[in-house]
Amino acid sequence: MPLSDAPARPRTASAAPDDAAPDADDAAVRVRGLVKRYDGRAVVDGLDLTAAQGAVTAVLGPNGAGKTTTIECCEGLRSPDGGTVRVLGLDPVADARRLRPRVGVMLQDGGLPTGVRALELLRHVAAMYAAPRPVDELAERLGLHGFARTTVRRLSGGQRQRVALAAAVVGRPEVVFLDEPSAGMDPQSRRAVWDLVRELRADGVAIVLTTHLMDEAADLADHVHVVDHGRVIASGSVRELTSADGAGPGSVRVEAAPGLDVTTLVEALAEPGADWTAAEPEPGVYTVTGPVSPAAVAAVTGWLAERGVLARSVTTGSRTLEDVFLDLTGRNLR
Amino acid sequence: MSAAPAAAPVVRRVAAQASFETRAILRNGEQLLVTIVLPVLVLFALVRTSFVDLGTNGFSRVDLVTPGVLALAVMSTAFTSQAIATAFDRRNGVLRLMATTPLGRSGLLAGKVLGVLTVEVVQVAVICGVAVALGWRPELGALPAVVGTVLLGTAAFTALALLLAGTLRAEGVLAVANLVLVLLTVGGGVLLPAQQLAGPLAHVAVLLPSGALGEAMRGALLHGAVPPFSVVVLLAWTAALGAGAARLFRWH
Repeated sequence: MPLSDAPARPRTASAAPDDAAPDADDAAVRVRGLVKRYDGRAVVDGLDLTAAQGAVTAVLGPNGAGKTTTIECCEGLRSPDGGTVRVLGLDPVADARRLRPRVGVMLQDGGLPTGVRALELLRHVAAMYAAPRPVDELAERLGLHGFARTTVRRLSGGQRQRVALAAAVVGRPEVVFLDEPSAGMDPQSRRAVWDLVRELRADGVAIVLTTHLMDEAADLADHVHVVDHGRVIASGSVRELTSADGAGPGSVRVEAAPGLDVTTLVEALAEPGADWTAAEPEPGVYTVTGPVSPAAVAAVTGWLAERGVLARSVTTGSRTLEDVFLDLTGRNLR
Repeated sequence: MSAAPAAAPVVRRVAAQASFETRAILRNGEQLLVTIVLPVLVLFALVRTSFVDLGTNGFSRVDLVTPGVLALAVMSTAFTSQAIATAFDRRNGVLRLMATTPLGRSGLLAGKVLGVLTVEVVQVAVICGVAVALGWRPELGALPAVVGTVLLGTAAFTALALLLAGTLRAEGVLAVANLVLVLLTVGGGVLLPAQQLAGPLAHVAVLLPSGALGEAMRGALLHGAVPPFSVVVLLAWTAALGAGAARLFRWH
């Protein structure tokens, strides 16, 4: 295999003095104070984000939160209006030529030419790298052989996504950016994609993905950044984010007849020093938050029994990532 | 992981892209229609019928028409076909995706230009074959001048294609690129000498890139010399359109 004429590249991030940080060395992606404006409006407004090597970092956020713009700044497709972006210690715009062979990209809209056949496209992208992954093996892995000779135009959304993912990883990248990788995929495709992402992580690749799918973030991500209005509003592991103020599980969720008076539920739970809250966020669904204990669950079911109401379900445990997300970003449609 | 992943050598990247672009054009029915079928039909029609008075000036019809058809072929590939392909690639994110691979933006551009030139080789071969079958006997000494003219015309019209493709919506480019091709073919001095056009159009056409390309091609094949004025006009258009495309082209 002929080697590239490009100069040897440093393996670790070489941080510039002004943005050196204690955690800088193992960060594959480091974004500090990123600002990006379109027509004067700041779409990304002082965003900080770090993604470690050998880990999956999820960027969660509602539509228009600035996720794709942030990722595109990391990919070198857009120039920041402020702040710094470093990928493998390099500037994605100024050092683009050195960075491109080491970074794999899957765009939100795919970016696949439509007139070519699926595997032909993958071979073409592979030709850009000195030592790509074997195309047939990768195609086998993602189940592309079933439509290898079908033109991209005729593929389903999920099939296109799998081709796009294959194109993103065929060059054996050290960092992979996946913008909504599971959009339009059937459950089988999603499993195949998630398995591949885990395998990349095990190989030491840094994976940064944006998603709306809470289960995707919850199942895959080592670290989650919740983005809204162009900023990161919460960061942490899924466990850190879902355990209320880090103090462990603290909620009971009850599904039963709608319209019960939740103030009496709080009274039923009352014990000295405990701070309970109860709400009916949607008709027939009650959430009780506080220091959950076996006695507390008994008190909740006792409260239902007093009213002759049969619960359809009683669930204890931490909040889901979706609860956290909706609490942070609001429940209104936008 | 071992050593950092590396790019393929630049020559291999650009060659791969050029081949990819060429295959995409030659496989697309509409593109073939505009780049191969249309010029051949025009050649046939102008040589074998006498609807159009060519005022042949001592030349045979095929001698007079073939250079113009070659110029039309350059326009159809470097301009119409390339503008439409690039516009849809831009809309579909293909330009952005390929720009993130080791190919990069400059490699993508180089691949596109080489792809255009490759398609032009195919066009010239087909058109010359048909013309020879119709009795055309060109001077082989004109070849360097023809190649130079093709390169100049390709530069000017590719710049125009990129300017359109990088600034307008894909559907808009589809309409404009086809319309401009038709207008320049009919009134732009490409197929037949500009002086045969009506009134002021004769003076305007020689200043258009289409007229300059047509005059240059006829100069090379009919008179054994490319008129310097046409060269200057083509270079000026290339500079202006290229500067415009470099400034205004939007990747998103």
